Amino acid sequence: MKGDIILRVIAKLLVPFMLLFALYVQFHGDYGPGGGFQAGVIAATAIVFYVLVFGLEAGRRLLPDWLAEKALAAGVLLYAGVGVAGLLLGGNYLDYFVLDADPVHGQHRGIFWVEAGVMLTVTGVMLKLFYMFADRGRDGEGE
Amino acid sequence: MTPAYLSYWLTIFLMVAGLYILIARGNLLKKLIGLAVFQTSVYLLYIAPGKLIGGTAPIVAEGFTRYSNPLPHVLILTAIVVGVATLALGLAITVRIREAYGTVEEDEILERDRADAE
Amino acid sequence: MLEHLLALQVVLPLMAAPLIVLVRNRHFAWLATTAVSYACLVMAIALASRVFESGPLSYALGNWPPPWGIEYRLDALSAFVLVLVSLTASFVAPYAQRSIADEVAPERQYLMYAMYCLCLAGLLGMTVTGDAFNLFVFLEIASLSTYVLIALGRRRKALVAAYQYMLLGTVGATFYVIGVGLLYLMTGTLNLADMAKRLQEVDELRPVLAALAFITVGIGLKLALFPLHQWLPNAYAYAPSMATAFIAATATKVSVYVLLRFYFSVFDPVPVFARLPTGEVLIGLSVAAMVTASLVAVFEQDVKRLFAYSSVAQIGYITLGIGLENQAALTGSITHLLNHGVTKGAIFVLLGGVVLRAAAPGLTVGDLSGLARRMPLTAFGLVIAGLSLIGVPGTAGFVSKWYLILGAIDRGLWWVVAVILAASLIAVAYVWRVVEIAYLRPPPAGASRSEAPLGMLSAALAMAALCVYFGFDTSFSVGGAADAAALLLGRSP
Repeated sequence: MKGDIILRVIAKLLVPFMLLFALYVQFHGDYGPGGGFQAGVIAATAIVFYVLVFGLEAGRRLLPDWLAEKALAAGVLLYAGVGVAGLLLGGNYLDYFVLDADPVHGQHRGIFWVEAGVMLTVTGVMLKLFYMFADRGRDGEGE
Repeated sequence: MTPAYLSYWLTIFLMVAGLYILIARGNLLKKLIGLAVFQTSVYLLYIAPGKLIGGTAPIVAEGFTRYSNPLPHVLILTAIVVGVATLALGLAITVRIREAYGTVEEDEILERDRADAE
Repeated sequence: MLEHLLALQVVLPLMAAPLIVLVRNRHFAWLATTAVSYACLVMAIALASRVFESGPLSYALGNWPPPWGIEYRLDALSAFVLVLVSLTASFVAPYAQRSIADEVAPERQYLMYAMYCLCLAGLLGMTVTGDAFNLFVFLEIASLSTYVLIALGRRRKALVAAYQYMLLGTVGATFYVIGVGLLYLMTGTLNLADMAKRLQEVDELRPVLAALAFITVGIGLKLALFPLHQWLPNAYAYAPSMATAFIAATATKVSVYVLLRFYFSVFDPVPVFARLPTGEVLIGLSVAAMVTASLVAVFEQDVKRLFAYSSVAQIGYITLGIGLENQAALTGSITHLLNHGVTKGAIFVLLGGVVLRAAAPGLTVGDLSGLARRMPLTAFGLVIAGLSLIGVPGTAGFVSKWYLILGAIDRGLWWVVAVILAASLIAVAYVWRVVEIAYLRPPPAGASRSEAPLGMLSAALAMAALCVYFGFDTSFSVGGAADAAALLLGRSP
C-alpha cells in the first residue's frame, strides 16, 4: 500500500474532509441525525484509513497509543463532570437547566459538552482497539 | 401491499436465526455473528412500532405536526452502543483464545482442555 | 443534600474508573478503589437508615420529573441490596492488593481495578434506578466489566469461561430488553412505578405475559437459575480470586433483586402467579438446583468449582423463597441474599489466601491437605463459613433457612421442607470433605507454616465473623428483609 502513489495522494486529500465531516456530524446532532457516537466513529475511521495507506508507524506518530487511552478516560470524566457541574450549581445530577441563566440555553450547553465527551471517548476506544489488534499475529506473536 | 405484521415476522425470524447460529455453530466467531443477528432483531422490535403512519422524522421542523416516536430511537442508539461494546469484547477474547489455544473451534478447545487435565 | 447521595452513589465509582485509567499507576488504582468502596459503603448506610426511617426516596436525574425523566428510587428492598453490595466491595477492595499483585501481570493491574470500579458502579446503578431501560444499561455495564474481570485470570481456561459467560449473559440481557420492549409497547412508559400503574388498565394480557416470560428467562440467565447456570462454575473457578470473591457475593444477588422488583412491584397488578404457573416452575427449578448442584459439588475436585456449584444450590434456596411467595419465605430469600453474600465472600477470600500461598493457579481438594497446620486461621475461617453454608444454628445460613422452612410450612408444602433439609445434609457432605482434608490429613512434606498476609486475612476473618454475627443479631438482616418483603407483598412501589 505504501508504494502506491494514487492511494497516497487521495488519502492525503480525503482525510481532512473525513475529519471535517466527523465534526459536522458532531455539531449537527441537534438538527439532524448525528451526535457524539457517530462522529467519534467517523473520526476514528479517518485515522484508520490513514494508517491503512501510510502504515501503522505513521499512524502511531500522528496519534500515539497513550493519547487514545487518555482521550478515552478524559471523555468519560468530561461527561460525568458536566453532571457534577449541574450538582454544584444547585440542581440535580446532570441537570442542564441550571447551566446558564436561560434554561433552554443551559440545555444547549449541557448537550454540547456531553456530546464532546462522548466523541472523545468513542474515538479513543475505536483507535485503541484498532492499534491493539493491528499489529498482533504478524509472526504469531502478540502482547 | 405489505402483509400484516411484517416487521414482527422479520423480528421473530432474525431472533430465532441468531439464537440458532449461536447455539449450533462451533466456531467462536460464528457464535458472535449469531449474537449480533439476535441483537439486531431486538432493534427492529423497538423501532418498527415507533414509526407512525404519516409521521416524519422525530426532529422539530416547521410545517410538520405529526412526528414518529423519538424514544425508541434513543433507546436503540444506546442498545447499539452496548452491542458494539459486547462485540468488541467478544472479538478481543476470541483473539486471545486463538493465541492461547491455537484454534477458534469450540470442540478443539475442549479437546485441548481435556488433554490438559490428564 | 441527602437526596444527591442517591446519584453520587453511582457516579463516584463511575468517575473513579476513568481516573484510574488516566493515572495508570497500580498503587493509585488500589488506593482509589478502596477509597471509593468505603465512600460507597458510608453513602449506602446513610441512605438505608433514611429509607428505613421515613420511607422511599426519589430523585429525578437531570431535573426532568418522572415519568418523563429517569428516576432513581430507593425503597426498603433496594436499600437492603445497596448495603450488601457496598459492604462486600469494602471488604474485598482492600484485600485485593496482594491477591491481584500475585495473579495479574503488573502492567494490567490498573485495568483490573478500573473494571472493578465499573462493576461496582453498574451493580449500584442497577439497585438504585427506577427506569427499566436504565436498568438494562447498568446491567450491561456490570456484566461487561465482569466478563473482563474473569478473563484476566491466570489460566487460559479463564478466557473460555469469560467467553461462555459473555455469550449467555448477553443473550440474557437481550431477552430482558425484549421483555421491556413488549412492556413499553403495552404501557407507553419505561418508569417502573408508572408501568405498574398503567399495567392495571391493560386489557390485552398476552404481550404482558410474554414480557414476563422473557424477563424471567433473561434475568434467570443472569442469576444462574437452574438449568441456566452453566456459565457459573467455570467463571468462578478460573477468575482471579478477588474477582470471584466480589462477583460471587454480588452479581447474582442484584439480579435476584431485579427479578423481585419486576415480579412484585411492576407486574403485580397482573396476577403473576395465577395466570402463569410461575410459582410452581420456580419451586421445581429451585428444588432441582438445590439437590443436583449440591450433589455435583460433593464429587468436584477443584475447590473453587466445588464452592461455585454450592453457589448454584444456594441461589436455588433464594428462588425457592420467591416461588413460595408468602411473607416468611420472601423474608428468608431476601435475608439469604445478605447471608449468602457474606458467607460465599468469606469463602472465596479465604481461598484467595490459600491460592496466594500455594503459588499455583489451580487448587484441587488434595492441595488443601493439612491446611490446619499450615494456615490455621484460614482453615478456621473456612470451617465457620462452611457451617454457615450448611445452616447450623448460630450462623447466618441457619436464619435464612429457618424462614424458608416456615414459609414452606405456611404453604403446607411439606415435601419442600424435606428437600431443604436434604440439601443441607448434602452440603454437610461437601463441607466435611474440605474440613476433613484440611484438619485430618498431614500436610505435604516440606510445607512450612505460612499464613496469608494480614490484609487478606483480616478481611476474610471479618467476613467470617459476620457470618456468625448475622446468626445472632438479626435486627438488620431479618428486620430489613421483613420490611422489604412486606413492601413487596403489600404492593406499594
